Amino acid sequence: MPTINMSVVNPSTFKKSALALALAAGTALAASTIQASEVEVLHWWTSGGEARAANVLKDLMEAEGYGWQDFAVAGGGGETAMTVLKSRAMSGNPPSAAQIKGPEIQEWGELGLLGDLDEVATAEGWNDLIPERVANIMRHDGQFVAVPVNVHRVNWLWANPEVLEAADVEMPTTLDELFAAGDAIREAGFIPLAHGGQAWQDATVFESVVLGSQGTEFYQQALVELDPEALGGEQMVSALEDFKRMRELMDEGMSGRDWNIATAMVIEGEAGFQLMGDWAKGEFTAAGLTAGEDYLCAAAPGTEDAFTFNIDSLAMFRVTDDAEREAQQTLARLVLEPTFQEAFNLAKGSIPARPDLDMSDFDRCAQQSLADFQRTADEGGLVPSMAHGMAVRASIQGAIFDVVTNYFNDTDMPAEEAAERLVNAAETASF
Amino acid sequence: MNKSTTRIQARPTASGWLQAWLPRLVLAPSVAVSLFFVYGFMLWTFVLSLTSSRMLPSYDFVGFGQYSRLMANDRWWVASTNLMVFGVLFIAVCLIIGTLLAILLDQKIRQEGALRTIYLYPMALSFIVTGVVWKWLLNPQLGIQAMVQSWGFESFRFDWIVNPDMAIYTLVIAAVWQASGFVMALFLAGLRGIDDSIVKAAQLDGASLPRIYWRVVMPCLRPVVFSAVMILAHIAIKSFDLVVALTGGGPGYATDLPATFMYTHAFNRAQIGLGSASAMLMLGGVLAILIPYLYSELRSRKHG
Repeated sequence: MPTINMSVVNPSTFKKSALALALAAGTALAASTIQASEVEVLHWWTSGGEARAANVLKDLMEAEGYGWQDFAVAGGGGETAMTVLKSRAMSGNPPSAAQIKGPEIQEWGELGLLGDLDEVATAEGWNDLIPERVANIMRHDGQFVAVPVNVHRVNWLWANPEVLEAADVEMPTTLDELFAAGDAIREAGFIPLAHGGQAWQDATVFESVVLGSQGTEFYQQALVELDPEALGGEQMVSALEDFKRMRELMDEGMSGRDWNIATAMVIEGEAGFQLMGDWAKGEFTAAGLTAGEDYLCAAAPGTEDAFTFNIDSLAMFRVTDDAEREAQQTLARLVLEPTFQEAFNLAKGSIPARPDLDMSDFDRCAQQSLADFQRTADEGGLVPSMAHGMAVRASIQGAIFDVVTNYFNDTDMPAEEAAERLVNAAETASF
Repeated sequence: MNKSTTRIQARPTASGWLQAWLPRLVLAPSVAVSLFFVYGFMLWTFVLSLTSSRMLPSYDFVGFGQYSRLMANDRWWVASTNLMVFGVLFIAVCLIIGTLLAILLDQKIRQEGALRTIYLYPMALSFIVTGVVWKWLLNPQLGIQAMVQSWGFESFRFDWIVNPDMAIYTLVIAAVWQASGFVMALFLAGLRGIDDSIVKAAQLDGASLPRIYWRVVMPCLRPVVFSAVMILAHIAIKSFDLVVALTGGGPGYATDLPATFMYTHAFNRAQIGLGSASAMLMLGGVLAILIPYLYSELRSRKHG
């Protein structure tokens, strides 16, 4: 057996390498502490267009003389990013800003980790700029703690005009019309509705059907306020039955399919429709298609007076250093300024978080989206998306997902039982 | 060696002390690290499972509340039942196929090395790759079903992956494809270790070949069976990546396993308490297998 001879290590070499190690550790430490006039932003805008859009913000910050430390964590739904953020927050070293959305802002606020933005909000007149329903999500304890970056509309129906023509149908405006159109499309030899059987996609279709079948008020009661009577009542049973009927419009290979593959089926003319949020537009654009000509968009059947929103926002963490605070406030101000709003949302397919912008550069679907956003904000049709974490907390959302996807995939479960389970899920998950 | 020992005893120098203590010094950090990062975190998980932790760990103790919530959770029962079905089938089928392959390969055939590599190769792939490949093969519109239908058998159906009642068996198919080559390798090594003269003696006594394998060879392979079961059982319990890649837990949550349940609840659904409780029950499951194993190992060593 070979024995290690320690004398091989020359003492002076050892001393040198130890010094080098210490130096390296020192520099690493220095690099990880943020300079005061710098913001560190955790986000998951990592795909091509998104990353370019995030770079706009970086350039704007640097033009104002602040440093930008990028902390991008890949992973579409942001789950990885959230896990990283939690571990950073637990170790007492959160970034200055992070992409946090919906009720999660409240959860972070309750932990006392978020700093307030009221100063910049008052100076910039955010209260007049952002619709009240949206502003409420950005506030914790009445103070602004986050700034909205964009607005996605979830209740969209996308369509391939060639398939519709071949089947001789028009864009449906009610669920009944959708089912009728579906039959015609199936007869013409196409798949009526492209879908990916993942829990969140099932839930996306579900919330659009609930909204289209029972209306905004019911949606608000059931999926936002979690009123047990609405969740378990007759209206829900009827909505669930409509939801189950959607299966007839789908193909059997949908299980586990990614949403962009389903969009590709519409692009390639295999399928007629898809119910998906406006991020699907990114796929249509990437395929070189023009909105309104090569592909059609309309509010999900029965929901033209409603707008299910999914808003990305940046929440600011509490910092003690004045210079870093100033940098944060500048970041918050820049996010809502027209330059960034326009560049970012053009790249991302969403619409600006402030409705007063010139939309002439945007495509037809985005223009309609913004018009609907303003209209529904005035008329009370603006509702948060349950499927995209805007309506209820992650634990309740997950429990609802379980019921919805289980019911949708189980051929034997009656709608009444699913409704009961929804009530149960909302209760037990709010532990 | 002898000489240097006496020298050390005569003159206890610094280098001598270092030589005696070096193994311990080198091992100490890794022992400390594993104590802390394995057992320390197990303990921490147990503590968390007694709290109402949601998004971040908190220390608001609620007794065994999370466990009773877990027991009332339909999805947890689906996950546990799935683990039983998946585990038992996966282990049994792997053992059967692996043994058969090993026996057939053991017949002194040509190109044995090449065949062995082909069978063993799936083990070199990650479960993610296996999952993605089988996801395509089993997709009714892309894979096997579409292929057979295109041959003219229009009524052929093989749509297990989209059927909530059958989807769990697609996990078994993919996992067996991955691991049976490895079981084969274990058994082949075991077969090679058996003394030829025993087999020859049995042949002289006039025993048939199946009988020789069943009564003579297999009993000699008992330790191999044991280690194969141990390895397969722990692959089954920690199965996570295969589910994620093959079915994503679906359709619905029909193919959820405890590992994916724990991950979803602790990290995506802000229910760290509930996730920890499920992790503790999984640990219980592992211990239920590990303790009898350790017991038998330690006992046999004493005897041997």
